Amino acid sequence: MSIQSTPQRPSLIERIRRSDLRWSFSHSVPARFAAVLLTVLVLSAFLAPLIAPQNPYDAMQLDMWKSELPPIWVEGSEWPYILGTDTQARDMLSVMLYGTRTSLLIGLAAVSFSLLIGLSFGLIAGYFGGVVDNLLMRIGDVVLSIPTILIAILVSAIVRQMLPPDLREIGASAVLVLAITLSGWVQYARTVRAQTIVERGKEYVMAARLLRVPPRRIMVKHILPNTLTPVFVAATLSFGMAILTEATLSFLGIGMPPGQPSLGTLIRIGNQYLFSGMWWIVIFPVMQLCLLVISVNLLGDWLRDALNPKLR
Amino acid sequence: MLVFIIKKLANALLVMLTVALLAFLIFRLAGDPVDMMSTEQTTQADKELLREKLGLNDNFLVQYTRFVGNAAQGNFGISYRNGQEVLGLIAERFPATMELVIVATILSLLVGLPLGVLTSIKRGAWYSEILQFGSIIGVSLPSFVVGILLILVFSVSLGVLPAFGRGDVVELGWWSTGFLTRTGLLALILPSISLSLYQVTLVMRLVRAEMLEVMRSDFVKFARARGIPRFRIYFRHALRNCLMPVVTLTAMNIGTLIAFALITETVFQWPGMGMLFIQAVTFVDIPVMAAYLCIVSFIFVFLNTMVDILYAVIDPRLRGAK
Repeated sequence: MSIQSTPQRPSLIERIRRSDLRWSFSHSVPARFAAVLLTVLVLSAFLAPLIAPQNPYDAMQLDMWKSELPPIWVEGSEWPYILGTDTQARDMLSVMLYGTRTSLLIGLAAVSFSLLIGLSFGLIAGYFGGVVDNLLMRIGDVVLSIPTILIAILVSAIVRQMLPPDLREIGASAVLVLAITLSGWVQYARTVRAQTIVERGKEYVMAARLLRVPPRRIMVKHILPNTLTPVFVAATLSFGMAILTEATLSFLGIGMPPGQPSLGTLIRIGNQYLFSGMWWIVIFPVMQLCLLVISVNLLGDWLRDALNPKLR
Repeated sequence: MLVFIIKKLANALLVMLTVALLAFLIFRLAGDPVDMMSTEQTTQADKELLREKLGLNDNFLVQYTRFVGNAAQGNFGISYRNGQEVLGLIAERFPATMELVIVATILSLLVGLPLGVLTSIKRGAWYSEILQFGSIIGVSLPSFVVGILLILVFSVSLGVLPAFGRGDVVELGWWSTGFLTRTGLLALILPSISLSLYQVTLVMRLVRAEMLEVMRSDFVKFARARGIPRFRIYFRHALRNCLMPVVTLTAMNIGTLIAFALITETVFQWPGMGMLFIQAVTFVDIPVMAAYLCIVSFIFVFLNTMVDILYAVIDPRLRGAK
């Protein structure tokens, strides 16, 4: 009888290749479509300084004679302005790529901060229970009793008011991140709290507590990994929501300033020229924003089904 | 039962008091009101006098209690911008928003319910797949984008529907309605479609999920076995059992719709509460912002509490739950 050696744990790539998720991904048309689309959008946005024909932030590159040019397939257009130019002579394609980058960064930052707050609050509330739990969850109740868009608008309006005027332009993105974060953390806190309460009663947590593992370590190292699956799905879907909220705030004029536009700001600018016949100023940012959010939501939708044990 | 209702009401009251605290804090955070009301010529003594008159020297709790007391009586002060009573300003704009929200709600049920039933009974058919895919797109389209696209198609290109304003309105007491004139009704079409689209997709997805569940249940199988016609089963037996969550969703989302109406109102220049609020935000007109926050949250909390209590009245099993 030979001693059986413990089988080597397969490498990460191997585990991904054999996982259920991978199988589900390769059998879902919308998921693959969305992944390709999102990759293209994200790559083009982050490579914008390299591939965009123009740097829209650099006033030296703007030529006022080239303003309001239509897209390349319409008469009166000019190379290299493929999608035309806006009233400030900014190349639509370039300004959109830069705008997408801004939208993505703000969305990403907002979701990360909401996750940070939501996960910590949820873990603490679920693990300790009692007064702490009650207090944290009541705060959550109040946040949920005000429509999210209203919280985001109020926070962004008031924080901007509190900043000194010369910081308002520069701090605009930080204000937006704060506004979206404060309106979005509750759902994570609730999800994690519910899961934490379940996990807390299990034997492995009991064992860790008997071994005098400090509570912070139990929460982060033992309980947290077991709560992440639903959080992962929620984070994907709310990334789409965060991009939408940012776009909405910018569209309403309380987000990114016209000097450093996000997609929402571009749509706001275009909206002012709806009746002027310059449809390209509004249509292209609208399409870009929709493609971005649709691809994120399709991925989130697929993830929710793929990770749902009931649907296996 | 009574205990449950009192508990729910107390909870709602607590939430409202906290919202009022937030609204009150907005005043504090946004700067000194005396500075906003005074001009270059105001002397220090005048400022002190004004400060005393406004009660700004009292302690925090006294000021907060006074704010809540006034707000409960509908007194939200006067607008910084044009000196009018805030409540009057909002009451004037209230009917416009409510008409928009009511039409959008009805529209979401009229379109969402049949589509939900259709996609659930014809599962796998090509049009069901398209509708299901379309519903994700519907959720992904921000409402201002829907508004802009509708304006581009129906106002700019086709020129058949008005793109802004309410048209002619008729005054019925303090309520101004756009339902009674032709231009008023035409003006309602695009904004209400743009506001309801998100809600339509929600109702449709919910009905579909519920229907799929109910269709698997024993009483539907039994109804089939008895040879009851298919459509009678779908609409009389199955759909009825799906209506409860749909009614809840609709009632709870009226508050959300009022909040989201502010986006639609901005796109269509619709003279409702939301546009008033957005203008107040741009001019940092704090009393209007605070009042809007309180009123919208009140409607929101009121509807949620009512739904909770009604649920418990209908379904006794829920009374034990917190």
